[in-house]
Amino acid sequence: MTRTTSTVLTLVRRALLALGLPAVLFAVWWFATAGSTDFYVPPLSTVLGRFGEVWTGERLLSDVVPSLARLAAGYLLAVVAGVGIGLVVGTSRVVRDVLEPVLELFRAIPPPVLVPVIMLFAGIGDTMKVIVIVSGCIWPILLNTVEGVRAVDEVLSDTCRSYGITGPSRLWHLTLRSASPQIVTGMRQALSIAIILMVISEMFAASNGLGFTIVQFQRSFAIPEMWSGVLLLGLLGFVLSLLFRFAENRVLAWYHGLRRAQRNP
Amino acid sequence: MLTKTLAGAGTDRGPGGPGGGRSRRTPAGLVTPLRGLAGLTGLVALLEVLPRTPLVSADYLPPASKTAEALWRLLAEDAFWTALGDTLTGWGLGLAIAVAAGVVAGIVIGSVPLLRAVTASTIEFLRPIPSVALIPVAVLLYGTDLRSKLLLVVYAAFWQVLVQVLAGMQDVDPVADDTARSYRLGTWGRVRYVMWPTALPYVMTGVRLAATVALVLTITAELVIGAPGLGNQIAVAQTSGAVPRVYALVLVTGVLGVTINLMARAVERRALHWHQSIRREG
Repeated sequence: MTRTTSTVLTLVRRALLALGLPAVLFAVWWFATAGSTDFYVPPLSTVLGRFGEVWTGERLLSDVVPSLARLAAGYLLAVVAGVGIGLVVGTSRVVRDVLEPVLELFRAIPPPVLVPVIMLFAGIGDTMKVIVIVSGCIWPILLNTVEGVRAVDEVLSDTCRSYGITGPSRLWHLTLRSASPQIVTGMRQALSIAIILMVISEMFAASNGLGFTIVQFQRSFAIPEMWSGVLLLGLLGFVLSLLFRFAENRVLAWYHGLRRAQRNP
Repeated sequence: MLTKTLAGAGTDRGPGGPGGGRSRRTPAGLVTPLRGLAGLTGLVALLEVLPRTPLVSADYLPPASKTAEALWRLLAEDAFWTALGDTLTGWGLGLAIAVAAGVVAGIVIGSVPLLRAVTASTIEFLRPIPSVALIPVAVLLYGTDLRSKLLLVVYAAFWQVLVQVLAGMQDVDPVADDTARSYRLGTWGRVRYVMWPTALPYVMTGVRLAATVALVLTITAELVIGAPGLGNQIAVAQTSGAVPRVYALVLVTGVLGVTINLMARAVERRALHWHQSIRREG
């Protein structure tokens, strides 16, 4: 009996800790802007009221879905290409030495400047946006894969060789496995770059999409609608990072377990 | 662990060290940079040849020599140096504010367990919000002013630092902390002599990440909002069809990025020269 009450109490305490501050902040925002007559800072109630109106129905299909589709296409292509090229570059020392400075230079170019360059090649259509996303977020994935492949444990590598594990099964069971924590780190960095590039490419030149619509609202001084768009982008970033963490915890469960075991022997 | 250090010793040692048996004529330390140089030369050659083939039109990708020419002309312009100055001002100021705020907030939150528990969910919520979402807000509030650049840069860079500082504060050795307590070190003393040295490597990582993110957001603000700087120069060059100039400017931003990276690493090494991770490499 007492044990259940104490678990309930811990749960309540944790819920209070997790939700307390967000609730307070939300309330502050709500009440501070409640009677706001400032044109640029409309009451939160108005913003939330518009939120449902603006982002459900027609606009969901015409703007939100295309944006998400471009994001997904660009990100997935970058992951596949980044890991693929990274494996090739990482396994050969010569290739790695030759390409590393070039790759570092490409990685150091701030991805948004690629938008005008790629517009030259690909116009302002969907292809341009997908290429922009791929070319911006491939670098952290690629370089982290290289790094991960390079750091494969030598004992494991020798063990594999002496058991005659070669070719695809070596790649799958040894190389990719040992590099996966690094690859996932690269993928996490790439995800936030991908969101930035999706929004910017749409703000810069587009005829639909989240970034485009939000800038339209701002230019036509539809302020509550604009704020609702800002909220939606924030929510999108948050949800995607939650999904990523969920996937990471499943894929890298073995690694996190190993780390914990090493920390408290 | 041991095998890794041993394996690394042969390759990372400078020309002065006992040469790793890889090649007899060139010292082992020279092979890697030479190969890298070959890679860069190859890239330039590729960029020179590719536009002359039917594969890529020279209208979109000018030969490397044209880009170099544009870059040369760019370097003689006052407008370019002003733009570079604007970009560096936005970057430096934004980074400084973000690092100061992130370190102070991180130490305060990290040293009070209750505060940490209360703020955890809020930080987890605010951190992944893409700072580009703030672009319309920045435009409305500040227009193309320096402040709209700073809003984006500080928001993006602040979280990088804060999260690292928090991670560092959590890493404090409980034995060291208890020892400090039994020697009656006050809160400030413990922050100064126990927590800060533990957190410093994390802080440095945070600063390095923040420096890169800050550059990206500075350029973004210039490109999209039109605040003066390199990003704006690129947008103008692109609209006016000066393609080689676009590439020259992109190259400048890339070199800027590499420089910032190298500088951040150098600062990290200096600040952490006493730390194990750096000493082992040396």
